[in-house]
Amino acid sequence: MEPMAIAQRLQAEFPDEVLESYTYQGQTAVVIRSGRVRDILQWLRDTPEIRMNHLRSLCGVDNSRHRVDPNLKRFEVVYHLYSIEHRHGLRVRAEVGETDPVIDSVVSLWPGANWLERETWDLVGIRFTGHPDLRRVLLPDDWEGHPLRKEYPLRGKGEWAGLVDLQATAKELDKHSFDPDNPPPATAPSPARKKGQALKFLNEEEGA
Amino acid sequence: MSTPIRQTLEVPVAEGSDGERYSLRMGPQHPATHGVLRVDLELDGETIVECTPQVGYLHRGFEKLAESRTHTQNLILTDRLDYIAAMANNVGYCVAVERLLGIEAPLRARYIRTIVAEMSRLCSHLLWLATHALDIGAMTVFLYCFREREILLDLFEELCGARLTFSYTRIGGVRQDVTRHFVDELQRFLDLFPSKIEEYETLIDTNRIWLKRTVGVGRISGEEALALGLTGACLRGSGVDYDVRKHEPYDAYGLVDFEVPLGTEGDIYARYRCRMEELHQSVRIIQQCLDQLPPGPIVSEDAPDLVMPLKPVAKVKPETSRFGTATITLDRSKTLYPDGDVYVATEVPKGELGFYFVSDGTSRPYRMHIRSPSFIHIAALGVIARGELIADLIANIGSLDVVLGESDR
Repeated sequence: MEPMAIAQRLQAEFPDEVLESYTYQGQTAVVIRSGRVRDILQWLRDTPEIRMNHLRSLCGVDNSRHRVDPNLKRFEVVYHLYSIEHRHGLRVRAEVGETDPVIDSVVSLWPGANWLERETWDLVGIRFTGHPDLRRVLLPDDWEGHPLRKEYPLRGKGEWAGLVDLQATAKELDKHSFDPDNPPPATAPSPARKKGQALKFLNEEEGA
Repeated sequence: MSTPIRQTLEVPVAEGSDGERYSLRMGPQHPATHGVLRVDLELDGETIVECTPQVGYLHRGFEKLAESRTHTQNLILTDRLDYIAAMANNVGYCVAVERLLGIEAPLRARYIRTIVAEMSRLCSHLLWLATHALDIGAMTVFLYCFREREILLDLFEELCGARLTFSYTRIGGVRQDVTRHFVDELQRFLDLFPSKIEEYETLIDTNRIWLKRTVGVGRISGEEALALGLTGACLRGSGVDYDVRKHEPYDAYGLVDFEVPLGTEGDIYARYRCRMEELHQSVRIIQQCLDQLPPGPIVSEDAPDLVMPLKPVAKVKPETSRFGTATITLDRSKTLYPDGDVYVATEVPKGELGFYFVSDGTSRPYRMHIRSPSFIHIAALGVIARGELIADLIANIGSLDVVLGESDR
């Protein structure tokens, strides 16, 4: 089926949800509201003549500094679907608002989306409701901020607290290390042998 | 379609177990994890009850970094994704950017890129076989595979001067043409290599220990593999016929004849057989490309400020130079960088590598997302390894063929 025809069927099926569809470089995309994204993706997956059973990729985009189209909503989650049987694909772009960016999870449809959604939460900061285990995946758990947001500086916001701790520990340990140029004071010398005291040889017979 | 995934698997209590569980952290410096992967395990005796892979040790923020660099500059980042098959990433990246900009590489360049991508696949599969066999306990195969991989790396070195991080392809073509000597040497390798594949198979294919460790272990059904997002040999080993080279041909893959090997069982042995067959198919593809290699230019003329000039730079006046990427900003056509987005997938040795570009009319990507197969395969490890023996975890990691540089980006 032609991707544009799929987009039109999707439009007919969910008239309130689909906002726009377009084709660029032979690839068709639909822009949807995020409210019923799970239903839409399930419909695309389960309708026999569409059957897009392969979730190719899932990622988040921060639109806040888009030069051409400044009226886009702040965030969007982009799904790439593909049908291995019918060899057609579709891009689904779900708009997510700025305040409290949140969207339904699709882990129940594709378990493989689990880490992709975690990555999107980690890097872009979009929450997925119904996700079984929404934690950071690439960055440490105590990382602050979401780096792929446009306002996040390229060189980061200072050192990560975990690294600061580690460096402090390393510095503390360094104090106890041996410095050849500045050796520590020698330990107290062993008590001197008293004058006249005989040495005892362990490998000799007593009194020999 | 019901969700065919083992979400809540009842792990059978091992015989003689007192039900006590203990946790074990494997990695991140474990030699069998092929990089810096940590796996947190909950064990009941030797049975894995819970398996949680942890990644991110190699995260370098490529996607953030790419937004501040031009498309041409970003090419070197792709070398550092899957550093075992960097050439395949180079090709995938260039194919994707060409699609975004709407330019097409000349036919000769497309053939050359197909050759190097397949050589890269041979390299990757050889390294995979070597380390996977070593993990399971077969030392000899390791040495045999590295012997042939060395020949390929020497060929790469002759082609572009590098052995691991190539950056050989360009947006709109390739950097340098192949030499006569390179073609002759590659032909000699192709004549020799099928007999070497037989050698590896003689060593392990019917080896009793190898069979015990691989047959029936790490089994994934086709539906489950698809739901987990597995691609490449991991998906084809379970019998799902999906290969980006066939489904959406790029470069010269539509012009050559090859088969996609499929397994049925979905266990480690099936994935091993798939990859061994892929070695044969890669040889076949390279042979056809060498035979059909057409004459002509190796970079496209459509992307004047993206590619190096064909003429010697010294003869070109600065104001008319097309050497735009490195020295002088030239009259960049305003329509070259579009306002649009594309997702382009290529079949790299590990699976489906996809680049999603959002462009807003500047020479830098507004957003570049890398769909890396290793990331998704590691995520699946937690499901596959659950309920199996801890010793088989090593075999499972090896069989999924993950590279942490690609996973963490």
